[in-house]
Amino acid sequence: MADAAVLSTGSSVAEGRRRRNWVPYALLLPGLLWLFVFFVVPMITLASQSLQEGNVDDGFVFTGNVAVYGQALTTYWPQMLRSLLYAGTATVLALVLGYPLAYFIAQKAGRWKNVVLVLVIAPFFTSFLIRTLAWKTILSDNWVVTDWANKLGVTSVLQALGLTANDSLLFSPFAVVMGLTYNFLPFMILPLYATLERLDPRLLEAASDLYASPWQTFRKVTWPLSLPGVVAGTLLTFIPASGDFINARLLGNTQTTMIGAVIDSQFLRVLDYPLAAALSFVLLVIILVLVASYVRKAGTEELL
Amino acid sequence: MAWIKRHLITFAALAVLAYTLVPNVIVAVFSFNDPKGKFNYTFNEFSTDAWTNPCGAPGICDSLGLSLRIGITASIIATILGTMIAFALGRYRFRGRSATNLLIFMPMATPEVVMGSSLLTLFLMAGIPAGPVAILIAHIMFCVSFVVVAVKARVATLDPRLEEAAADLGANPTQTFLRVTLPLAAPGIAAGGLLAFSLSFDDYIITNFNASPSSITFPMYVWGAAQRGVPVQVYAIGTVMFLIALGVVVAGQVVGARRNRQVA
Repeated sequence: MADAAVLSTGSSVAEGRRRRNWVPYALLLPGLLWLFVFFVVPMITLASQSLQEGNVDDGFVFTGNVAVYGQALTTYWPQMLRSLLYAGTATVLALVLGYPLAYFIAQKAGRWKNVVLVLVIAPFFTSFLIRTLAWKTILSDNWVVTDWANKLGVTSVLQALGLTANDSLLFSPFAVVMGLTYNFLPFMILPLYATLERLDPRLLEAASDLYASPWQTFRKVTWPLSLPGVVAGTLLTFIPASGDFINARLLGNTQTTMIGAVIDSQFLRVLDYPLAAALSFVLLVIILVLVASYVRKAGTEELL
Repeated sequence: MAWIKRHLITFAALAVLAYTLVPNVIVAVFSFNDPKGKFNYTFNEFSTDAWTNPCGAPGICDSLGLSLRIGITASIIATILGTMIAFALGRYRFRGRSATNLLIFMPMATPEVVMGSSLLTLFLMAGIPAGPVAILIAHIMFCVSFVVVAVKARVATLDPRLEEAAADLGANPTQTFLRVTLPLAAPGIAAGGLLAFSLSFDDYIITNFNASPSSITFPMYVWGAAQRGVPVQVYAIGTVMFLIALGVVVAGQVVGARRNRQVA
């Protein structure tokens, strides 16, 4: 790591030695500078904004008013908690749904592998908003889905769990969590697929030769070896889901507001910048703690 | 029964695949609807209006044009920046590698609402007005990391001996790069560029923080329409986007397969 040696390049040795030191830095500079100025610096201005007082007309002055954090959390802790809860539930569901599909593509699809992979990736390239609007149609009372759910007793179960309020599926916590699961599923499937594809099928054969049941094979071989993908997928699903408010707004009701919507409206409608910045900063800190715990376990090289 | 048990994973996988595709089918079907009220919830009557008159809803094509312009510009710049970083990471050892990895990972792992709002505070303090330029800056920022991941994955699979062979045959570093390395990395660069375009084209949350009333992108148009009633044209455009995405991904696979056969 410390020695700045070229791994392998086409440059001739003599010239390569001179080029070694600055070439990687020259390649990194413009991109990293962009990320520094427009990603890192804004985090600092966000923190600074949260500690200012004033209003839009007269301007804001830095006063180090930490009390805004207390105010933000006492007022909006339900939305914050709800966001983490919904995102967490959606992540678990995405793992349960995504794992069989990722496993199928990686190990079982054979010559259909590329076709299925295309079908998983392609919707991801189509508008997030339009697809969420489609769920609004699917879950609306006019459609068969709600009808079947009622006939099969699914809605009574959902009601008992407090996930829906009445016989409708739309505009409920259930619809929001379902939408989050759906929208972020590709973020779960792709990292899972990447690790499951590297899984040597001979290990699975060996397990069954040694009389492991399919379930034991999964628990003792497949699952442990796929853990890096599970962790990456969980992180990449949970984090965007926790800040999302599109699903909560389109598929939910006034009782399902997530923290992203609060930040958005405090910034753009209420124009209470310090409060909005404080809420945003709290969300950032939660995410940083999650990423840091991941990096401690896996290191940074596994991140990308 | 045994047959069902043996193929349990296949059935589960196909069910999940159906779950991911159902909304796209619904969008396509409802693009041929002539809705009764403001909302396109029930299939009323077959109509091709949205397809023959895609700009029929006021403002829809202006927003589409803005999104295309921003998407193309942002993806080109992000692809250049991201490709350079990917080559540095894939081809060189250098100090500060962990910090670089972390800086690239963080934008992918930060909720959009945090990135959008923090950029807003920067732009407020720096006096940069909201509008197309602010949107462009933001889009380039969140696209770079995804390009890095796509290109780096490709660079990692390249055989360094091909470049050594070029050098042995008298190519200078620039020639080697342009004639050998770059063509070999091209699929990864193309994939990264397409990913960047679709991320930019599809972004609502970050864009909303940095847009002005005169810079309405397509997702912002759809969001606004979702409150008032969605014109059928939105569904037609959504269907076209899905078909283009499908076409591009399939073409990528076909070209990739053909290249592999040639090499082998």
